[in-house]
Amino acid sequence: MEALGERAHAAQSSPSPLVGEGRGGGSGSCGTAVPPLPTPTPDPSPQGGGEKRGPAQPLLSVRSLVKHFGGRRSFSGRSIRGAVHAVDGVSFDVAKGQTLGIVGESGCGKSTLARLIMQIIPADAGEFLFDGEVVGTHALDLVAYRREVQMVFQDSYASLNPRLTVEETVAFAPRVHGLSRRAAIARAHDLIFRVGLDPKRFAARYPHELSGGQRQRVNIARALALQPRLVILDEAVSALDKSVEAQVLNLLIDLKSEFGLTYVFISHDLNVVRFMSDRVLVMYLGKVVELGPSEVLLGAPRHPYTMALLASMPSMDPDRRTTEAPLFGDPPSPIDPPSGCRFHTRCKFAAPVCAATEPVLAEIGPAHRAACFLAMPGSGHPQAGPIA
Amino acid sequence: MLVYILKRLLYVTPVVIGVSIICFLLVHIAPGDPLSAILPADATQELVEQMRAAYGFDRPLPVQYALWFWKVVHGDLGTSIATGRSVATEVMRAVSNTLILATVATVIGFTFGAFFGFVAGYFRDRWLDKVASLISVLGVSVPHYWLGMVLVIIFSANLNWLPPTGAGPDGSVAWRPDLEHLRYIILPAITMSVIPMGVISRTVRALVADILGQEFVQGLRAKGLREFGVFRHVVTNAAPTALAVMGLQLGYLLGGSILIETVFSWPGSGFLLNAAIFQRDLPLLQGTILVLALFFVALNLAVDVVQTAVDPRIKRT
Amino acid sequence: MAVTIDLSRDAPIAPPPYPPTGAEEGRAARGYWAGVGRRVVRDPVALAAALVIIVIVFAAILAPWLGLADPYRGSMLRRLRPIADAVYRLGSDELGRDMLSRLVYGGRLSLLMGVLPVVFAFSAGSAIGIVAGFVGGWVNTAIMRTVDVFYAFPSVLLAIALSGALGAGIFNAIVSLTIVFTPPIARVAESVTTQIRTRDYVEAARVSGAGPLAIIRVHVLGNVLGPIFVYATSLISVSLILASGLSFLGLGSKPPEPEWGLMLNTLRTAIYVQPLVAALPGAMIFITSIAFNLLSDGLRSAMEVR
Repeated sequence: MEALGERAHAAQSSPSPLVGEGRGGGSGSCGTAVPPLPTPTPDPSPQGGGEKRGPAQPLLSVRSLVKHFGGRRSFSGRSIRGAVHAVDGVSFDVAKGQTLGIVGESGCGKSTLARLIMQIIPADAGEFLFDGEVVGTHALDLVAYRREVQMVFQDSYASLNPRLTVEETVAFAPRVHGLSRRAAIARAHDLIFRVGLDPKRFAARYPHELSGGQRQRVNIARALALQPRLVILDEAVSALDKSVEAQVLNLLIDLKSEFGLTYVFISHDLNVVRFMSDRVLVMYLGKVVELGPSEVLLGAPRHPYTMALLASMPSMDPDRRTTEAPLFGDPPSPIDPPSGCRFHTRCKFAAPVCAATEPVLAEIGPAHRAACFLAMPGSGHPQAGPIA
Repeated sequence: MLVYILKRLLYVTPVVIGVSIICFLLVHIAPGDPLSAILPADATQELVEQMRAAYGFDRPLPVQYALWFWKVVHGDLGTSIATGRSVATEVMRAVSNTLILATVATVIGFTFGAFFGFVAGYFRDRWLDKVASLISVLGVSVPHYWLGMVLVIIFSANLNWLPPTGAGPDGSVAWRPDLEHLRYIILPAITMSVIPMGVISRTVRALVADILGQEFVQGLRAKGLREFGVFRHVVTNAAPTALAVMGLQLGYLLGGSILIETVFSWPGSGFLLNAAIFQRDLPLLQGTILVLALFFVALNLAVDVVQTAVDPRIKRT
Repeated sequence: MAVTIDLSRDAPIAPPPYPPTGAEEGRAARGYWAGVGRRVVRDPVALAAALVIIVIVFAAILAPWLGLADPYRGSMLRRLRPIADAVYRLGSDELGRDMLSRLVYGGRLSLLMGVLPVVFAFSAGSAIGIVAGFVGGWVNTAIMRTVDVFYAFPSVLLAIALSGALGAGIFNAIVSLTIVFTPPIARVAESVTTQIRTRDYVEAARVSGAGPLAIIRVHVLGNVLGPIFVYATSLISVSLILASGLSFLGLGSKPPEPEWGLMLNTLRTAIYVQPLVAALPGAMIFITSIAFNLLSDGLRSAMEVR
């Protein structure tokens, strides 16, 4: 945990102005205890870490998740044609206290993935394990799961009910789970304070009286109201101005250590993902193409798509200009994905084997996986090395 | 496009069946025995039973409905109790009169309404807009039967320029487009046109104001297009919706003509409806309502199809 | 030390003393409707319309205490007197009854027959539409198609058909008008609810584990009832005209009750004798209808401002 905290502060020298000081009372208590939710399980301690299964158990495990939208059944009823393959067999783990960044272009399925994890939409196939328990069973039913996992949406304005004040919005979830109105409002005020807004000034305001950054802070406070352990941030800072974005990101990092949270951070902005994440997962057309520690993956990517994404980021250095487009063509339609490796139609290194067979997500380094024949020695790709 | 029309027809079929069910049931929610209108109070029990069997009132409701529906599909709407004539012929004659009146009224209403609407939309928030908007609100709020009375007071009773009632001289039952009959249609048509004028004016104002605020208009002006050219663009953009509203208003006038036709004794479907209600002529009532409702449904469908055909933004699948 | 830029709008401030003092300081919780009300009051046209309605309504309610003549007592000698007559301020009708008194008393029935159906239709239509919109799926389709069947009739026709079938009378007229106005309100309610149902904050509420009733109560109702209400107010003037129209045809209130539409009917033959008196009841309908329309327009503009 400490190493991550250091890393976050070290990264602050990157080009984002911020207001670091002034967080004042910052972490932890300011005296009066905030009433806890009436729960059957004991409250998780602020240091996080695993209660049920220990710190080594991944907090979230996703196995072979599949979600197709629409499409019509063929005459015999056996196959579905014309379905959008939004998420097609995605598997990954998120360790406790970590931040997993998920990147990809529009249409790659990241938002669908977020909603699948939140169980807002039902999956067609696949399994979720939260802290080792299968979600949906007696040991961890949906209601309990909802308490543990929460989400922050992208559009800060549309995610707040325009008729409710800030404190009413944040207090809604605790009230639903049985807290009295006074206690829920007190908890709301505490959270509003912790996300950096003065409750005296902001608690009674309406969303249209707040700026974008303030609204997103309220969204974060609402997400934390049920004391979740996992927070999914679906493009949570994408709609904010750069300066505000920096403040909100730093707030998220502080809250993570304060509350012992685990994040799944979805974004299309590679700089932000680099700043926030410990591990990065790259998605393309519903599949995971690369997964690994963020320095390794973003420093020395092995999958051609990741390489292209990184090459597309404009640099401030005039000597490093991009003269040719790193990616050509348009992303293919998710309704009829290409055969074999889905990226082969746009890949510089494409070989016949790429169109024929679909690569599996395989280990190519310590905790680093990629789904590419180029990266796998002995795969049949002419440029892959022999099996060592 | 053809597929779209077929799909819409398919979609509308359950609605049509529902409409026919309601028309059928109307007669049966009426309090009292339907036969009481036909037979005198002192009819013998035997006669009552005979008539009941003859009209089919002794069968269960769904069977009655099926029989009635079968006859309707073949064009037989029954016989009028009051006049003894076929309901279908009476209704068709009356509907044609109303159609003439409603069409004239809609054209007048659309012309003035579009004019006021354009003025209001172009001069938005200036005094011209306020005047034109006021006229539209007046148009929409006026009780048209009262307006008819007022116009009769002014133009018939006081000035004696126009006849107060009827569709033609000597109480003729049909209106023909010739000079003699022209005087008879003026007052009813103007009265009838006021509400559509108000509605169309408000719609057009909103449309024009919206279109003028869009960026492409600024683009047109920036490239130097003269005001009349811009105006033509506005018209082509506003036309589909405005015409759709006009079509719907025609439908409302067709169905809702009873009040004005009562004031002016215009021999149309509304007048027929009035007579049917007060004479408790149930077959006539049923038949008239059914025909009018079906006209309305058909008109809605036509408006829908035309709008889809004309507006390039709507998908045709 | 890196340069810090003070963006004080977003900057957090020193912690307040605990426990938090609540919402007294800072802006008072401004209700949404308080804001709307303020904007309406500042609109001169809407304000004037509201005043007109208030005057008419209060006159109708307080009629027995306003020192008016008996609206039922006629005099065969003093029939159809003109306006500004010595005895009758606004003239007398075809049975010698005082017009001013009958107009004020007539407001009671006319307003009742005009406003009640919209009130009932608002309740029924909102319930139907919100349920259909929130549940979605085949339930929605089934409900809305049934509503569509009633929508297939032009409103005047449906009102007259129902009234004609049920028979004359105030109660029947109110029933038939309620049936006429419920489908359009249900449609608007369903449309608005379907829009709100897909908003992020409703999803967020679902995600916090709230049940559908709590979500509807807290998140949906507050956002949905406003637009439905404004639409319903725009129907009041139509309802007024239709209700009086039914009475005009003899399908609503029955003589000798004072009611504007009925009065228009009975005074029809008098247009050659006392045209101004004969036109008075309709003028009342006209004025009231304009006032409701202007007020409804004012409400709609007040609600559009964000």
